[in-house]
Amino acid sequence: MTNPADIRRQADTAKLGMWVFLFTEMLLFGGLFIVYSVYRLRNAAAFHLAAQEMSVVIGTANTIILLISSSTIAMAMTAIRKDNKRLALLLTGFTVILGLLFLVNKYFEWGAHFREHIYPGSSTLALRGQGDVLFFGLYFFMTGLHALHIIIGMTIIIVIMTFISRGRIHANRYSVLENGALYWHLVDLIWIFLFPLFYLIT
Amino acid sequence: MENEQEDIIPYKTFLIVLAILIGLTLTSVALTRIYLGALTAAAALVIAAVKSSFVLRIFMHLKTDKKMFSVLVIAVALLISTVIIITFLDYLYR
Repeated sequence: MTNPADIRRQADTAKLGMWVFLFTEMLLFGGLFIVYSVYRLRNAAAFHLAAQEMSVVIGTANTIILLISSSTIAMAMTAIRKDNKRLALLLTGFTVILGLLFLVNKYFEWGAHFREHIYPGSSTLALRGQGDVLFFGLYFFMTGLHALHIIIGMTIIIVIMTFISRGRIHANRYSVLENGALYWHLVDLIWIFLFPLFYLIT
Repeated sequence: MENEQEDIIPYKTFLIVLAILIGLTLTSVALTRIYLGALTAAAALVIAAVKSSFVLRIFMHLKTDKKMFSVLVIAVALLISTVIIITFLDYLYR
Protein backbone atom coordinates (compact mmCIF):
# COMPACT_ATOMS: atom_id res chain seq x y z
CA MET A 1 0.00 0.00 0.00
CA THR A 2 2.66 2.51 0.92
CA ASN A 3 5.64 1.46 -1.15
CA PRO A 4 7.39 4.38 -2.87
CA ALA A 5 6.28 3.40 -6.40
CA ASP A 6 2.62 3.38 -5.32
CA ILE A 7 2.94 6.71 -3.55
CA ARG A 8 4.49 8.22 -6.67
CA ARG A 9 1.72 6.91 -8.87
CA GLN A 10 -0.92 8.24 -6.48
CA ALA A 11 0.85 11.59 -6.40
CA ASP A 12 0.82 11.79 -10.22
CA THR A 13 -2.90 11.04 -10.28
CA ALA A 14 -3.59 13.66 -7.62
CA LYS A 15 -1.53 16.19 -9.56
CA LEU A 16 -3.48 15.49 -12.76
CA GLY A 17 -6.71 16.07 -10.82
CA MET A 18 -5.32 19.36 -9.51
CA TRP A 19 -4.35 20.50 -13.03
CA VAL A 20 -7.82 19.67 -14.37
CA PHE A 21 -9.28 21.85 -11.60
CA LEU A 22 -6.78 24.62 -12.46
CA PHE A 23 -7.94 24.43 -16.10
CA THR A 24 -11.51 25.18 -15.00
CA GLU A 25 -10.14 28.20 -13.11
CA MET A 26 -8.25 29.33 -16.21
CA LEU A 27 -11.42 29.05 -18.30
CA LEU A 28 -13.39 31.01 -15.66
CA PHE A 29 -10.94 33.91 -15.67
CA GLY A 30 -10.37 33.50 -19.43
CA GLY A 31 -14.08 34.14 -19.96
CA LEU A 32 -13.88 37.25 -17.79
CA PHE A 33 -10.85 38.49 -19.76
CA ILE A 34 -12.92 38.18 -22.95
CA VAL A 35 -15.79 40.15 -21.38
CA TYR A 36 -13.28 42.83 -20.31
CA SER A 37 -11.67 43.01 -23.78
CA VAL A 38 -14.96 43.29 -25.64
CA TYR A 39 -16.30 46.04 -23.33
CA ARG A 40 -12.95 47.82 -23.55
CA LEU A 41 -13.20 47.74 -27.36
CA ARG A 42 -16.70 49.19 -27.25
CA ASN A 43 -15.96 51.82 -24.55
CA ALA A 44 -12.35 52.67 -25.37
CA ALA A 45 -12.43 56.31 -24.21
CA ALA A 46 -14.15 55.65 -20.85
CA PHE A 47 -11.87 52.67 -20.07
CA HIS A 48 -8.83 54.80 -20.96
CA LEU A 49 -9.81 57.52 -18.47
CA ALA A 50 -11.01 55.15 -15.74
CA ALA A 51 -7.81 53.07 -15.86
CA GLN A 52 -5.81 56.23 -15.12
CA GLU A 53 -7.50 56.39 -11.71
CA MET A 54 -5.82 53.13 -10.65
CA SER A 55 -2.84 53.31 -8.32
CA VAL A 56 0.05 51.88 -10.34
CA VAL A 57 2.22 51.96 -7.19
CA ILE A 58 -0.11 49.70 -5.18
CA GLY A 59 -0.67 47.48 -8.23
CA THR A 60 3.07 47.07 -8.81
CA ALA A 61 3.71 46.46 -5.09
CA ASN A 62 1.03 43.76 -5.00
CA THR A 63 2.44 42.14 -8.15
CA ILE A 64 5.89 41.92 -6.57
CA ILE A 65 4.40 40.64 -3.27
CA LEU A 66 2.62 37.81 -5.11
CA LEU A 67 5.73 36.94 -7.15
CA ILE A 68 7.81 36.68 -3.95
CA SER A 69 5.09 34.56 -2.30
CA SER A 70 5.11 32.21 -5.31
CA SER A 71 8.86 31.77 -5.01
CA THR A 72 8.67 31.10 -1.24
CA ILE A 73 6.09 28.32 -1.62
CA ALA A 74 8.12 26.88 -4.51
CA MET A 75 11.19 26.86 -2.24
CA ALA A 76 9.12 25.21 0.51
CA MET A 77 8.78 22.23 -1.85
CA THR A 78 12.58 22.02 -2.14
CA ALA A 79 12.88 22.32 1.66
CA ILE A 80 10.42 19.50 2.37
CA ARG A 81 12.09 17.23 -0.18
CA LYS A 82 15.43 17.87 1.51
CA ASP A 83 13.71 16.94 4.80
CA ASN A 84 14.16 20.45 6.20
CA LYS A 85 10.88 20.73 8.13
CA ARG A 86 11.78 23.97 9.90
CA LEU A 87 12.64 25.82 6.70
CA ALA A 88 9.52 24.44 4.98
CA LEU A 89 7.35 25.78 7.81
CA LEU A 90 9.15 29.12 7.70
CA LEU A 91 8.68 29.45 3.92
CA THR A 92 5.00 28.43 3.93
CA GLY A 93 4.39 30.81 6.87
CA PHE A 94 6.09 33.59 4.95
CA THR A 95 3.84 32.85 1.96
CA VAL A 96 0.72 33.27 4.12
CA ILE A 97 2.05 36.57 5.53
CA LEU A 98 2.69 37.85 1.99
CA GLY A 99 -0.87 36.85 1.02
CA LEU A 100 -2.15 38.83 4.00
CA LEU A 101 -0.02 41.82 2.95
CA PHE A 102 -1.58 41.63 -0.52
CA LEU A 103 -5.06 41.74 1.04
CA VAL A 104 -4.12 44.70 3.30
CA ASN A 105 -3.03 46.65 0.19
CA LYS A 106 -6.25 45.65 -1.53
CA TYR A 107 -8.22 46.91 1.50
CA PHE A 108 -6.61 50.35 1.30
CA GLU A 109 -6.98 50.42 -2.47
CA TRP A 110 -10.68 49.55 -2.42
CA GLY A 111 -11.19 51.84 0.60
CA ALA A 112 -9.86 54.80 -1.40
CA HIS A 113 -12.32 54.03 -4.24
CA PHE A 114 -15.22 53.69 -1.78
CA ARG A 115 -14.40 57.09 -0.23
CA GLU A 116 -14.76 58.59 -3.71
CA HIS A 117 -18.16 56.85 -3.91
CA ILE A 118 -16.92 54.42 -6.54
CA TYR A 119 -18.37 50.98 -5.88
CA PRO A 120 -20.78 48.65 -7.72
CA GLY A 121 -24.27 50.16 -7.75
CA SER A 122 -23.12 53.64 -6.66
CA SER A 123 -25.17 56.56 -8.01
CA THR A 124 -22.00 58.70 -8.41
CA LEU A 125 -20.58 56.02 -10.66
CA ALA A 126 -23.84 55.70 -12.61
CA LEU A 127 -23.70 59.44 -13.40
CA ARG A 128 -20.28 59.00 -14.98
CA GLY A 129 -21.77 56.83 -17.73
CA GLN A 130 -21.92 53.28 -18.99
CA GLY A 131 -18.20 52.88 -19.75
CA ASP A 132 -17.16 53.76 -16.18
CA VAL A 133 -19.84 51.50 -14.71
CA LEU A 134 -18.49 48.63 -16.84
CA PHE A 135 -14.82 49.31 -16.06
CA PHE A 136 -15.29 49.55 -12.31
CA GLY A 137 -17.85 46.74 -12.25
CA LEU A 138 -15.35 44.43 -13.95
CA TYR A 139 -12.52 45.77 -11.78
CA PHE A 140 -14.32 45.05 -8.50
CA PHE A 141 -15.65 41.70 -9.68
CA MET A 142 -12.40 40.38 -11.16
CA THR A 143 -10.03 41.62 -8.45
CA GLY A 144 -12.62 40.60 -5.82
CA LEU A 145 -12.85 37.09 -7.24
CA HIS A 146 -9.06 37.00 -7.31
CA ALA A 147 -8.88 38.19 -3.67
CA LEU A 148 -11.30 35.38 -2.75
CA HIS A 149 -8.82 32.96 -4.34
CA ILE A 150 -6.04 34.51 -2.22
CA ILE A 151 -8.11 33.88 0.94
CA ILE A 152 -8.81 30.26 -0.11
CA GLY A 153 -5.13 29.78 -0.99
CA MET A 154 -4.02 31.13 2.41
CA THR A 155 -6.44 28.76 4.16
CA ILE A 156 -5.05 25.81 2.17
CA ILE A 157 -1.47 26.78 3.02
CA ILE A 158 -2.31 27.08 6.74
CA VAL A 159 -3.78 23.55 6.64
CA ILE A 160 -0.61 22.40 4.84
CA MET A 161 1.49 23.97 7.62
CA THR A 162 -0.34 21.92 10.26
CA PHE A 163 0.28 18.80 8.13
CA ILE A 164 3.98 19.61 7.91
CA SER A 165 4.32 20.23 11.64
CA ARG A 166 2.47 16.98 12.45
CA GLY A 167 4.75 15.08 10.07
CA ARG A 168 1.98 14.14 7.65
CA ILE A 169 3.86 15.89 4.85
CA HIS A 170 7.51 14.83 4.64
CA ALA A 171 10.39 14.12 2.22
CA ASN A 172 8.71 10.98 0.83
CA ARG A 173 5.14 12.24 0.81
CA TYR A 174 4.63 15.82 -0.30
CA SER A 175 1.76 15.59 -2.79
CA VAL A 176 -0.56 17.84 -0.73
CA LEU A 177 2.08 20.58 -0.52
CA GLU A 178 2.81 20.25 -4.24
CA ASN A 179 -0.86 20.61 -5.21
CA GLY A 180 -1.48 23.44 -2.73
CA ALA A 181 1.53 25.24 -4.22
CA LEU A 182 0.12 24.70 -7.73
CA TYR A 183 -3.08 26.45 -6.63
CA TRP A 184 -1.10 29.37 -5.17
CA HIS A 185 0.94 29.70 -8.37
CA LEU A 186 -2.27 29.80 -10.41
CA VAL A 187 -3.53 32.68 -8.27
CA ASP A 188 -0.24 34.44 -9.04
CA LEU A 189 -0.60 33.59 -12.74
CA ILE A 190 -4.06 35.19 -12.90
CA TRP A 191 -2.75 38.36 -11.22
CA ILE A 192 0.06 38.54 -13.82
CA PHE A 193 -2.69 39.20 -16.40
CA LEU A 194 -5.04 41.25 -14.18
CA PHE A 195 -2.25 43.72 -13.37
CA PRO A 196 -1.56 45.00 -16.93
CA LEU A 197 -5.27 44.93 -17.85
CA PHE A 198 -6.44 47.17 -15.02
CA TYR A 199 -3.35 49.17 -14.04
CA LEU A 200 -0.95 49.46 -16.97
CA ILE A 201 -2.97 49.67 -20.18
CA THR A 202 -4.60 53.11 -20.08
CA MET B 1 16.60 6.89 -3.91
CA GLU B 2 19.42 8.92 -5.40
CA ASN B 3 17.89 9.49 -8.82
CA GLU B 4 14.69 10.53 -7.05
CA GLN B 5 16.59 13.41 -5.50
CA GLU B 6 17.79 14.62 -8.89
CA ASP B 7 14.57 16.39 -9.78
CA ILE B 8 14.69 18.56 -6.65
CA ILE B 9 14.95 22.12 -7.94
CA PRO B 10 17.64 24.11 -6.09
CA TYR B 11 16.64 27.23 -4.07
CA LYS B 12 18.93 29.32 -6.26
CA THR B 13 16.86 28.57 -9.40
CA PHE B 14 13.75 30.00 -7.74
CA LEU B 15 15.59 33.12 -6.59
CA ILE B 16 16.98 33.74 -10.09
CA VAL B 17 13.50 33.29 -11.62
CA LEU B 18 12.03 35.62 -8.98
CA ALA B 19 14.61 38.28 -9.91
CA ILE B 20 13.74 37.88 -13.61
CA LEU B 21 9.99 38.13 -12.85
CA ILE B 22 10.41 41.30 -10.77
CA GLY B 23 12.65 42.75 -13.52
CA LEU B 24 9.98 42.00 -16.15
CA THR B 25 7.28 43.57 -13.94
CA LEU B 26 9.26 46.80 -13.56
CA THR B 27 10.03 46.77 -17.30
CA SER B 28 6.34 46.52 -18.16
CA VAL B 29 5.52 49.39 -15.76
CA ALA B 30 8.28 51.54 -17.31
CA LEU B 31 7.22 50.64 -20.87
CA THR B 32 3.60 51.63 -20.30
CA ARG B 33 4.65 54.98 -18.72
CA ILE B 34 6.32 56.06 -21.98
CA TYR B 35 4.05 56.61 -24.95
CA LEU B 36 4.00 53.70 -27.36
CA GLY B 37 0.52 54.23 -28.74
CA ALA B 38 -1.25 51.03 -29.75
CA LEU B 39 1.90 49.08 -28.94
CA THR B 40 1.48 49.74 -25.19
CA ALA B 41 -1.20 47.09 -24.72
CA ALA B 42 0.67 44.60 -26.90
CA ALA B 43 3.95 45.15 -25.02
CA ALA B 44 2.28 44.75 -21.60
CA LEU B 45 0.51 41.54 -22.66
CA VAL B 46 3.60 40.04 -24.28
CA ILE B 47 5.56 40.65 -21.05
CA ALA B 48 2.69 39.11 -19.05
CA ALA B 49 2.84 36.04 -21.32
CA VAL B 50 6.62 35.74 -20.84
CA LYS B 51 6.17 36.06 -17.05
CA SER B 52 3.48 33.39 -17.00
CA SER B 53 5.68 30.99 -18.96
CA PHE B 54 8.37 31.35 -16.25
CA VAL B 55 5.77 30.69 -13.53
CA LEU B 56 4.39 27.67 -15.39
CA ARG B 57 7.72 26.13 -16.36
CA ILE B 58 9.76 26.73 -13.20
CA PHE B 59 7.41 27.41 -10.25
CA MET B 60 4.78 24.92 -11.45
CA HIS B 61 7.48 22.43 -12.55
CA LEU B 62 6.25 21.94 -16.11
CA LYS B 63 9.85 21.95 -17.31
CA THR B 64 10.79 18.95 -15.16
CA ASP B 65 7.40 17.18 -14.92
CA LYS B 66 5.94 14.61 -17.28
CA LYS B 67 5.37 16.03 -20.81
CA MET B 68 1.66 15.26 -20.48
CA PHE B 69 1.12 18.24 -18.15
CA SER B 70 2.79 20.67 -20.60
CA VAL B 71 0.72 19.31 -23.49
CA LEU B 72 -2.50 19.82 -21.50
CA VAL B 73 -1.56 23.39 -20.49
CA ILE B 74 -0.69 24.28 -24.09
CA ALA B 75 -4.01 22.79 -25.26
CA VAL B 76 -5.99 24.89 -22.75
CA ALA B 77 -3.99 28.03 -23.66
CA LEU B 78 -4.77 27.40 -27.36
CA LEU B 79 -8.44 26.87 -26.54
CA ILE B 80 -8.67 30.17 -24.63
CA SER B 81 -6.78 32.12 -27.31
CA THR B 82 -8.94 30.60 -30.08
CA VAL B 83 -12.09 31.74 -28.29
CA ILE B 84 -10.58 35.23 -27.84
CA ILE B 85 -9.60 35.45 -31.53
CA ILE B 86 -13.00 34.23 -32.76
CA THR B 87 -14.80 36.69 -30.44
CA PHE B 88 -12.71 39.56 -31.78
CA LEU B 89 -13.16 38.54 -35.41
CA ASP B 90 -16.88 38.68 -34.74
CA TYR B 91 -16.77 42.13 -33.12
CA LEU B 92 -14.33 43.69 -35.59
CA TYR B 93 -15.78 42.40 -38.86
CA ARG B 94 -19.45 41.98 -38.05
